[in-house]
Amino acid sequence: MITVDNIHKSFGENHVLKGISTSFEKGKTSLIIGQSGSGKTVFLKCLLGLFTPEKGVIAYDNSNYAQLDIKQQRALREQMGMVFQGSALFDSMSVQDNVRFPLDMFTSQGTSEKEDRVNEVLKRVNLVNAHQKFPSEISGGMQKRVAIARAIVMNPKYLFCDEPNSGLDPRTAILIDNLIQEITDEYQMTTVINTHDMNSVMEIGEKIVFLKEGYKAWEGTHREIFKTDNQAVTDFVYSSELFKKVRQMYLEGKA
Amino acid sequence: MTHITTIGQYFIMIKEVFKKPTKWKMMRSLILKEIDELIYGSMGIVIFVSFFIGGVVTIQTALNLSSPLIPKNLIGFAARQSVILEFAPTFTSIIMAGKVGSFITSSIGSMRVTEQIDALEVMGVNSLNYLVFPKIIALLMYPFVIAIAMYLGIFGGFLAGVFGGFTTAADFIEGVRIDFIPFHITYAFIKTLFFAFIIATIPSYHGYYMKGGALEVGKASTTSFVWTAVVIIITNYILTQLLLG
Repeated sequence: MITVDNIHKSFGENHVLKGISTSFEKGKTSLIIGQSGSGKTVFLKCLLGLFTPEKGVIAYDNSNYAQLDIKQQRALREQMGMVFQGSALFDSMSVQDNVRFPLDMFTSQGTSEKEDRVNEVLKRVNLVNAHQKFPSEISGGMQKRVAIARAIVMNPKYLFCDEPNSGLDPRTAILIDNLIQEITDEYQMTTVINTHDMNSVMEIGEKIVFLKEGYKAWEGTHREIFKTDNQAVTDFVYSSELFKKVRQMYLEGKA
Repeated sequence: MTHITTIGQYFIMIKEVFKKPTKWKMMRSLILKEIDELIYGSMGIVIFVSFFIGGVVTIQTALNLSSPLIPKNLIGFAARQSVILEFAPTFTSIIMAGKVGSFITSSIGSMRVTEQIDALEVMGVNSLNYLVFPKIIALLMYPFVIAIAMYLGIFGGFLAGVFGGFTTAADFIEGVRIDFIPFHITYAFIKTLFFAFIIATIPSYHGYYMKGGALEVGKASTTSFVWTAVVIIITNYILTQLLLG
């Protein structure tokens, strides 16, 4: 479980995060949503420890990140998996080497043990014939699968995804969403996803945190988001006619 | 003020490079890869440049020795001195700042742009140690490159001098051997080690801390070359004053 209490983050004069408090539960898929510039990415990078908030507390299973020494912080990061927006695969390594990288870095497992684990996670993300290919030789959807495989190969406690289905066709985007949700449930991870994708919001948002101009404007579940009368949320989520109709059907009990 | 901040950030980076080492098994393969890319991959240009520079130095010296009172062995002597003291260590290092330095900045910069460095950090890897330390160790081989540059520079001078009709083989070889001070080789290798460290770290700094996209990677490569060359020239002056002055 990740607990966030009143965090503030600024870049010079620009006050990006303005006292956000929330929590993300184990075994659930939580989404951070909001308009561009609302502070989603900064918030996610604070959760990852890539940015240090000036004020407030981020605690991972009750241990305050800021109070850990560098060694403990790095040890905690080894328990985190991250799927970047652009996948961030190492382009000089094959798919297999990308996935095996954390095992090579942090474990003393033998070659065959590592091979087995790599094969297992690649099979789990439905990638079986791409082991020797390089990131530039596979599609965006496959790159996302490799990134997910790399993120889960160490059995992390926390999984973070930055817009995991951006740039993907709708069908692949849904497959990636479902894969993340299944893996979260299966590995009992605390998963936090930063997204713009309204399909993800409707489908997998077991908890949704809506940010607006650096504040937490709303939080709830994907069921509650249909019922909310929070103007900022409805303006953002139901900005398209299609989603307005979906909402109306839901409220009328037709969906 | 910006330059002072940059210098401070550079030294903080150097400190970080030596913290939390990457597993030796991984590091060993990274070092071998860097030796292949940075040292072996640069041999072609170093051989080409040093051979022709030696030739040009010899021709220029010969053409400026018009007095019959000056012995012809001075051509070989001047070629040896200029190649060993300056052309091999300093001129080659400027070339390497362009060739290797740009490669280092653009490869690390591309990793920054595509969030690969963030990926390393999130995994708990000390990205500076992982990316920069193997380059520093690989460039410890740099004096071997300079030794080859010295040999080929003098050999190029010999061929240009003898086959160009400017001197005889015997005069040139006598000039190369006359008044030889072994410390000059030591001096050149000491300089080379400093230059190797500069070539490994300044371009790494510019790549690692770059901001922006693909265009900025190009700009960072240019800036890194300029600063690497400037620091090499200043270091060359200081070391010459300290070691030979």
